[in-house]
Amino acid sequence: MAIVHSQASGMGGIRTAGDLVARMQLAKSMRLNDAKKFVADKLKVSLLDLTDEVTMREVREDLDIANVFMGYGAGSRGIEAKANISKLLELEINCVEKFKKKTGMLFK
Amino acid sequence: MVLTRMGDGSFVEMSEAEIRKEIEAGVAEGAKRAKCPPLTEDDMERLMEIICEPRKFVSVERGNELVLTYDSQPLKFTRLGLPIAMPQILQTYERALMADSLEMAYVHYSAKPVKMILPEEQYAVAETLLTTTPALLYGVMPNMPMYTKPDGPCENASELMPKGLIKEAQEAQLETAALLEDDLLLLGRNMYEAGADGLDFDTTAAGGDAEFYAVLRAVEKLREQYPKMNIEVGMSGEFILGFHGSLQYKGERLAGMYPHDQCRMVAAAGGSVVGAVVNTNTRKSFPWNIARSLTMCKYAAEVSPIPVHANVGMGVGGVPMQITPPIDCVSRASTAMAEIGKLDGL
Repeated sequence: MAIVHSQASGMGGIRTAGDLVARMQLAKSMRLNDAKKFVADKLKVSLLDLTDEVTMREVREDLDIANVFMGYGAGSRGIEAKANISKLLELEINCVEKFKKKTGMLFK
Repeated sequence: MVLTRMGDGSFVEMSEAEIRKEIEAGVAEGAKRAKCPPLTEDDMERLMEIICEPRKFVSVERGNELVLTYDSQPLKFTRLGLPIAMPQILQTYERALMADSLEMAYVHYSAKPVKMILPEEQYAVAETLLTTTPALLYGVMPNMPMYTKPDGPCENASELMPKGLIKEAQEAQLETAALLEDDLLLLGRNMYEAGADGLDFDTTAAGGDAEFYAVLRAVEKLREQYPKMNIEVGMSGEFILGFHGSLQYKGERLAGMYPHDQCRMVAAAGGSVVGAVVNTNTRKSFPWNIARSLTMCKYAAEVSPIPVHANVGMGVGGVPMQITPPIDCVSRASTAMAEIGKLDGL
């Protein structure tokens, strides 16, 4: 079921920009088109680029916000990538805030 | 002739004229039940194209994609007999299944049993958050009947009502709803403290209007305590069953609410995203079911102040009632919800 939806109508998760658009819906209750535009503006890409895995892999690598390749040599992953996403989207992410508090780290 | 299916998943052949009739009948039935506008002629024409497309798999045009949220990702692997730990299942969804969001959940998926294993569930959430990127919700079904005898401490309203003990049944439901609300608050607070982005209360109101009431009150209190918490409320049916019958939230009677009103109430309580459900009639065709479902979901998305994700799975959202939902129907329902229903997500 999950595979069918992801292929038929899904945005593509971290393979593209689906996770970022989902974050804006879940955190700010942004409607779909508003969330897509917000993310596209932050990434400085077009709306169509948001679901293009070729463009988005390069964009995600440049911004160091993780993609599906997480083998040796990959950039930031998991909590590291989320810290970068938090700054990029100007969005507080609960686990990132807790990580900062626990480690005493302050991100610029 | 077009090969399509019935609501039970069996194949049926129909002419294009027959399919159009089924669509028109489904739209009329949806509009009548939910007291909402019918789909437009253009919508029905586009739905004809999607259903009559000869290919097995149909997808949206580029640019029309939407966001996917889920109900219990770990459960889907456990059902397949795959002995994989929950954090790894979510990593698989993230890196191999193109998930836009993640949902951790205990295999029972009901709120009550999670209480007994709360620290272990918090660990799974905290561990997964270190290694995954998308927003992660913790999902539970409120499942209010678990709090009634013989499974719980409260009197069982469905046993009291046939005896004519209506007042007693209503009082029992309020007592049950209060216990449920306490547990939802306990889980919400603990999962948020573990670092989860938020909660998904899935199949809400399966136990009727009192269950919906308990969830709305829990959402309201969690929103007050955690203004930035992501809260999704997925509904269980197209119609709120009035087991209590008189319960109101913010001055509105909950029993009998259809998806557009359900969405309004979730938004009023402080929910971030709401999941609309329309049930599949197994004796009707897929064209009838998807047309009926689209009619209600499209209107819900139009009037809702918050994003609406339609539930499109086994026996809901136009999809046949089958444990192996046919890909031809799921892909068509998925596409139609995005392009005709203008949903924010599924």
